[in-house]
Amino acid sequence: MDFLRPASWEEALAAKAEHPTAVPIAGGTDVMVEINFDHRRPEYLLDLNRIGDLGEWEVGEESVRLGASVPYTKIMENLRAELPGLALASHTVASPQIRNRGGVGGNLGTASPAGDAHPALLAAGAEVEVESVRGSRRIPIDAFYTGVKRNALAADELIRAVHVKKADGPQQFSKVGTRNAMVIAVCAFGLALHPGTRSVRTGIGSAAPTPVRARAAEEFLNAALEEGGFWDNGRIITPSVAKQFADLCSAACNPIDDVRGTASYRRHAVGVMARRTLTWTWESYRGARRTTEGAA
Amino acid sequence: MRVNFTVNGRPQEADDVWEGESLLYVLRERLGLPGSKNACEQGECGSCTVRLDGVPVCSCLVAAGQVEGREVVTVEGLADFAKQRAEGGCASGACGTSLQNAQEWQAQGTDSQTGEGTELSPIQQAFIDAGAVQCGFCTPGLLVAADEMLERNPNPTDADIREALSGNLCRCTGYEKIMDAVRLAAARQSEAV
Repeated sequence: MDFLRPASWEEALAAKAEHPTAVPIAGGTDVMVEINFDHRRPEYLLDLNRIGDLGEWEVGEESVRLGASVPYTKIMENLRAELPGLALASHTVASPQIRNRGGVGGNLGTASPAGDAHPALLAAGAEVEVESVRGSRRIPIDAFYTGVKRNALAADELIRAVHVKKADGPQQFSKVGTRNAMVIAVCAFGLALHPGTRSVRTGIGSAAPTPVRARAAEEFLNAALEEGGFWDNGRIITPSVAKQFADLCSAACNPIDDVRGTASYRRHAVGVMARRTLTWTWESYRGARRTTEGAA
Repeated sequence: MRVNFTVNGRPQEADDVWEGESLLYVLRERLGLPGSKNACEQGECGSCTVRLDGVPVCSCLVAAGQVEGREVVTVEGLADFAKQRAEGGCASGACGTSLQNAQEWQAQGTDSQTGEGTELSPIQQAFIDAGAVQCGFCTPGLLVAADEMLERNPNPTDADIREALSGNLCRCTGYEKIMDAVRLAAARQSEAV
């Protein structure tokens, strides 16, 4: 095994071009487990810790450019207002020690359906900035996950940053596990209200081969909210609408039975989380509306 | 490969390090510092917790090569580290813990039951006084994690303590005494100010 230690992003791209099988390592919270357990013996480890830019973020007009290695702890502490869904999801990652090392770039690189960041990124809307010596491109998050632990990266590409849309409305994240800390999701759900475009986006984790959006559920809910004038009148969402939305979210799952839970449990739990996160975010939206309109 | 880094305030060099080796392995097997414990090797248990550039991390998940030029504090250096912090820095210019002192470090002194006669960090003394040590295997990781929390948050609520220690498992399930110990250390810390 060789340990490559590029001091700059350009050096890292050159190293990845020269050794496409090199495994990038930043926080190490996935890669080192595989090495410790002898599940993986990469020919080259490509350490990204010396590239300071990867640990930085910029808040822009419309989106946040989040460096691939910004640790979850920093997201929780600094980006709660801009990226509430991702901040909530970050808080459910493992433990403080892991959150101090791990970041969204690793979650995307591993592309496990159980990665905690994915539902939040899908719901918020995001683009993954990847680069190789051939150039840079942005992959929409909807096109990023291509299979179980597979993503749209080419062999010579590295993840540099994620551009996540700043929240324009309430966002929520919910995760099912056997306890609060140190838990891999049995299933997870992210939901974001986008009052600007009068739309709702979702993200489902650990209940399909890849993280997915519940598109049929989103379309149904968008139409129902529009038809009932809900965005304007701020009424509570009709229970039958919430139920139909939850059922469609369950139907968007394609889960398996495994040691953490059965497929039918996952489908059920995703429906429950969908209904709850919709209620929480909608209540928050209604509250904000009342405040801005000054009504009692 | 060779790795140069700072351990407990002193520069150290580890040779013949395998490229896939963890920081934990380097500390225990190359530098002879077995205080950081090896249990799950997957970041679940927290018994290998050390500080890397001040931040608590699982040393089993840090690749050895990643610590080149960086600073690590282990449980063996915790007493000196806490002392230096209390004094507001290193006045003499020769602080930290030498490798030999770290290797020989024991919480024994004249009485291992009370810690008397040993220079302990406040959190170590509190663990002894509160009876928070059973088999002791999780203790080093808990000490490092708890010490860092008290540095950051001198007046933690119970929820803060639970959150900060949520990545450290105690198989003896001695969590109540551990909570007592951290509360005790926090109380003593605020009295001292």
